[in-house]
Amino acid sequence: MTTRFTPDHEYIRVEGSTGIVGITNYAQEALGDIVFVELPSVGKVLKKGDEAAVVESVKAASEIYAPVAGTVIEVNDALSGEPGLINADPEAGGWIYKIAIAEAGEIDSLLDATAYADLTK
Amino acid sequence: MSMNNQGRPTGIGTSSFASSTGSALLPNEPLLFEIGDTEHSGVDLPDVTISGSRLGGFERRMPLDLAGLTEPEAMRHYVRLSRLNHSIDSGMYPLGSCTMKHNPRLNEKMARLPGFADIHPLQPASTVQGALELMEQLSHWLMTLTNTAAVALTPKAGAHGELLGMMAIKAAQEAAGQGHRRIVLVPESAHGTNPATAAFLGYTVKAIPARSDGTVDVQAVRDALSPEVAAIMLTNPNTCGLFEPDVIEIAEAVHEAGAFFYCDGANFNAIMGVVRPGDLGIDAMHINLHKTFSTPHGGGGPGAGPVVLSQALAPFAPVPFVRKGAKGLELVEHAQGEALGRITAFQGQMGMYVRALTYMLSHGGDGLAQAAQDAVLNANYIKARLAHAFSVPFGDCPTMHEALFDDSFLAGTGVTTLDFAKALIDEGFHPMTMYFPLVVHGAMLIEPTESESKQTLDHFCAVMEELAADAKAGNAERFTSAPLKAPRRRLDETRAARSPILKWERPEETLKAAE
Repeated sequence: MTTRFTPDHEYIRVEGSTGIVGITNYAQEALGDIVFVELPSVGKVLKKGDEAAVVESVKAASEIYAPVAGTVIEVNDALSGEPGLINADPEAGGWIYKIAIAEAGEIDSLLDATAYADLTK
Repeated sequence: MSMNNQGRPTGIGTSSFASSTGSALLPNEPLLFEIGDTEHSGVDLPDVTISGSRLGGFERRMPLDLAGLTEPEAMRHYVRLSRLNHSIDSGMYPLGSCTMKHNPRLNEKMARLPGFADIHPLQPASTVQGALELMEQLSHWLMTLTNTAAVALTPKAGAHGELLGMMAIKAAQEAAGQGHRRIVLVPESAHGTNPATAAFLGYTVKAIPARSDGTVDVQAVRDALSPEVAAIMLTNPNTCGLFEPDVIEIAEAVHEAGAFFYCDGANFNAIMGVVRPGDLGIDAMHINLHKTFSTPHGGGGPGAGPVVLSQALAPFAPVPFVRKGAKGLELVEHAQGEALGRITAFQGQMGMYVRALTYMLSHGGDGLAQAAQDAVLNANYIKARLAHAFSVPFGDCPTMHEALFDDSFLAGTGVTTLDFAKALIDEGFHPMTMYFPLVVHGAMLIEPTESESKQTLDHFCAVMEELAADAKAGNAERFTSAPLKAPRRRLDETRAARSPILKWERPEETLKAAE
């Protein structure tokens, strides 16, 4: 199981051919209290960098981009009623959507934990 | 109890002051529905004697359910509410980028002249020649101050003006067979509405990064230009309060690439009478009358965002506009040729036109330049006085009409920009703009405008210095608990956003009593 990151502060946790996408702890701290999450529809086909979801906090509304190409296979419906899950636990209970990864090779182009940590120093 | 002609009791409802709490001078003001009730009527009108309805079955079947209030009750309600607020008439309002300058009372006097205030947009043109002449004169001033070929007065706000300006650019390109251009370049230091406008018209927005000095990198613009680029949307002076030094080079590069230059004129107040944007190569620019030309805003009045257009875009100016005809001035209301049609009902914000032209005429061309220079001087004074206690993101370069600080001076204090702004409320000032522009961390953007005297600026700076010193001394509590002296304490923004109450619901006991 690997987790990779984008410079836009999304993470993707790879489990086989599925990726679990959310925003990093750094991102949720910067955004502040999340008040609304617009989830993608299941079955949506995304190219790398496409807008997949929108996260709205008391400070700003931010687009969540697809870290890799693929198809949305599941969304975290719990976020509709409780968007604060992203603040409480961004990398576990606060995941946003699951994507069937189209090209496994694309994962390697993303940042690893060390590179992402350097970026947010 | 007194009854009106219809047998409804008049005067204030019985529940009127039950929920009015707070102190005598800062009342906890109830809603209109809580002051009055639907059982009472505030006015004494005779019964309606018209028999039968001519509404063809569309007449209301349910009572309107509005609270009946007398004129003094309604008046007092709104005056009391206004006392809970801060306004430019009650104190300094240094909200950066919003240009909260004083609204001269002469403007108000002129706007209330019956020839402007009591006319109707459907009156024959021959009966409103004075109003049309005012629109023509205002157009003349705006074109002269900007050195442009045409103006559209009617947009109702800055963002509306942006939309119109970009629609004109789109129409011009489509007319020239260049409709395939789909990209709009927007520097990071632009106003947030710029990318929204471009996206609304279906363009793809490409961001241009800022240089380390906060200005736009002309090379980055050149690199981003291509036959796909329709326009650049540049704010000048930009949202960091800096004049773009390479603006002419940027305009030339944009034009060479066959694209247009939209300038966001929200900060025109810093250069009016000093710089003519047409000389910088702009093709379209909106002018916020409610910022630059002192018409009220921020809850005080409608906005107005006229757009000036270059020669290339002039044929696309929307209707209506004023033209000299055989029988005096006339209003051209039907688009001809390539012109865009209407973008608002009627003729736009007439009352704001009167106020803006009053400001122009009472200042004169030299006075407008002086106002711009004073606004810039005031901002630089604040920047210079506070530089030792605050952190200045872009070094020693002079600022235009607003002073920008970041939050690095608060590092380790436990105080955020938000807390600092809330503490400023306790000191009797409206907070500065916070967290904008986005290119600066924890931004504080302060715009004093030309309205403030040196004494007021000194008082403001002394308060800011004292607050900064207190934050650094470790008194975070004063900031994190602020405001303490405002009619309301710190609001729970998260709860307000997660579970907003958007509609007044009749309390249950009242419902039961009515059954």
